[in-house]
Amino acid sequence: MTTEVKADQGPGRRGPRALRTPGGLSVRLDPRALVVVVLLLLAALGAGVALIGTGDYPIPPGDVLRTLLGNGDPGQEFIVNELRLPRVLVGLLVGASLGLGGALFQAVSRNPLGSPDVLGLGQGATAGALVVIVLFSGDADAVTVGALVGGLVTGAAIYLLAWKRGVHGYRLVLVGIGVSAMATAVNGYLMTKADFVDAARALVWMTGTLDGRDWKQVWPLLVLFCVLVPLVLANARGLRMMEMGDDVSHALGVRVERVRMLLMVCAVLLTAAATAAAGPVSFVALTAPQLARRLTRSPGPNLVPSLCMGAALLLVADWASQRLFGDGQLPVGVVTGVLGGVYLLWLLVTERRAGRI
Amino acid sequence: MSAPAGPDRGRIDRRSTVNRLSAENVTLAYDQRVIAEQLSVEIPDHSFTVIVGPNACGKSTLLRALSRMLKPSRGRVLLDGQAIQSLPAKQVARTLGLLPQSSIAPDGITVADLVGRGRYPHQGLLRQWSAEDERVVRESMRQTGVAELAERYVDELSGGQRQRVWIAMALAQQTPLLLLDEPTTYLDIQHQIDVLDLCAELHEEQGRTLVAVLHDLNHAARYATHLVALKAGRVVAQGTPGEVVTAELVEEVFHLRCQVIDDPETGTPLVVPAARRARARVPATEAL
Repeated sequence: MTTEVKADQGPGRRGPRALRTPGGLSVRLDPRALVVVVLLLLAALGAGVALIGTGDYPIPPGDVLRTLLGNGDPGQEFIVNELRLPRVLVGLLVGASLGLGGALFQAVSRNPLGSPDVLGLGQGATAGALVVIVLFSGDADAVTVGALVGGLVTGAAIYLLAWKRGVHGYRLVLVGIGVSAMATAVNGYLMTKADFVDAARALVWMTGTLDGRDWKQVWPLLVLFCVLVPLVLANARGLRMMEMGDDVSHALGVRVERVRMLLMVCAVLLTAAATAAAGPVSFVALTAPQLARRLTRSPGPNLVPSLCMGAALLLVADWASQRLFGDGQLPVGVVTGVLGGVYLLWLLVTERRAGRI
Repeated sequence: MSAPAGPDRGRIDRRSTVNRLSAENVTLAYDQRVIAEQLSVEIPDHSFTVIVGPNACGKSTLLRALSRMLKPSRGRVLLDGQAIQSLPAKQVARTLGLLPQSSIAPDGITVADLVGRGRYPHQGLLRQWSAEDERVVRESMRQTGVAELAERYVDELSGGQRQRVWIAMALAQQTPLLLLDEPTTYLDIQHQIDVLDLCAELHEEQGRTLVAVLHDLNHAARYATHLVALKAGRVVAQGTPGEVVTAELVEEVFHLRCQVIDDPETGTPLVVPAARRARARVPATEAL
């Protein structure tokens, strides 16, 4: 099939190129986006290896790699494979899910503010988790389930409230802000009802952390991820058309409402699952797609670059929080909040100087 | 203007076996607000049909129904003899293109990339960008005179250029039928004529069937081969501009007193509104 793969320039020098096979199959690739994706994956892997090497018992990167490939000594093997690898994998999956979920939300609402952080999905998941912690003193698994349910219920509520002959950008953002405010109020009330121990536990959960994550959290996330990502990518071309407005995409033969519904469900599931696994890690879903977009400089939802950006961002932030403040001292959510917030402000300032906003 | 029901029905039935696009007794409504009831319209093949009528008469709504953006609450729109809603979305998109009033150019998209998006209905997951796609995109840009803008960003273009780019995108869809919703709105007179000339060219040289909603009656009379005059969701008249654009009809449809003279350039009807004083006298004398 691939005897002769001809790389062809697209109609323009900028932007995507087509790879064609003699059989009439063709794929479109944007070389710049490809480079961005590879670099982000390398950054994520690098941060992952550094993260595994960091802790009370430091391991040099070479040993970490050797152990991961199955050639390490038994002591290191236990630390790497049982204690630190699951945490890194959870971070990788959570970051990727948040990045992809954020990109989907922003593309569907055609608004950078339409990301899960602003829409209150994180707040909703927190409410679910707090109910379990404060009212039932549930264990970690119960908290995870509570957060998942909270996130899904919030997602459904936003979709239903924003529905009026289809869901549109601004309405989605406004309804989301309203739902977010209500969930924040509920969370505040629950915190006042909590005793000291529960309140401390709740607070740590609410900043978002990867501490103490093990294989039990990896598997469900991985399965969900492997189901949802192909589903999302199969509909990505329709989503690209939807950037041009419902009328144009409809005219081009995209079943707009169906694609939007499907992608929203995927985005809510991804975000809720990520939040359930690591707490509401702030700003990743908001910033990852925006950063990815600046790097690829290509229009379109930039789904894969956003996914990689989310993963890289979260792991680098986790590594930074451990490196600078010591293991378990500073939850990763604080670092992503600070890094993401600063970067977003910088972006807004430069964009304004360039006269784009 | 309405013909007797019997013979008229017969004519429509005979035609619908020939013409590719028609609306059959459709009721069009947004939620509870009914825009048109029992509306039937035939789009003659290979015509440049222009729909005219006062604001809120339902002309854009009719166009939305013809392009299956709005599902009629009763009746049906037929494309090649089948209810348009029952056909696969991409198949319709390969037959019928639409240039809507509102379209958003994504940030940082180039002209070539935007025009290329018109190829969507011809593509698939494993057939994302064929040599044919590329050829059609280049050809569409050439026809609309935007080939030399291919590398430019759409946001940098003037309104007239941008409209040409959107038309190029619709052309790249390669549909025998093309619907345009007020394609000249927001353009100055030079670019209005420019866009209409382009439409006439597409119609005459490529034999495409064009359906456009236009506000300007004189433009409509000059460019259309078939006119449909709508008022309050009803077809008041249809036919060639010469048949439809008469002083009586303009007064009936638009409540405007006018003279209709021959366009010195083309010989098509030209509407000249009566002077303000002449119009002002009418209700006064009637009141007496």
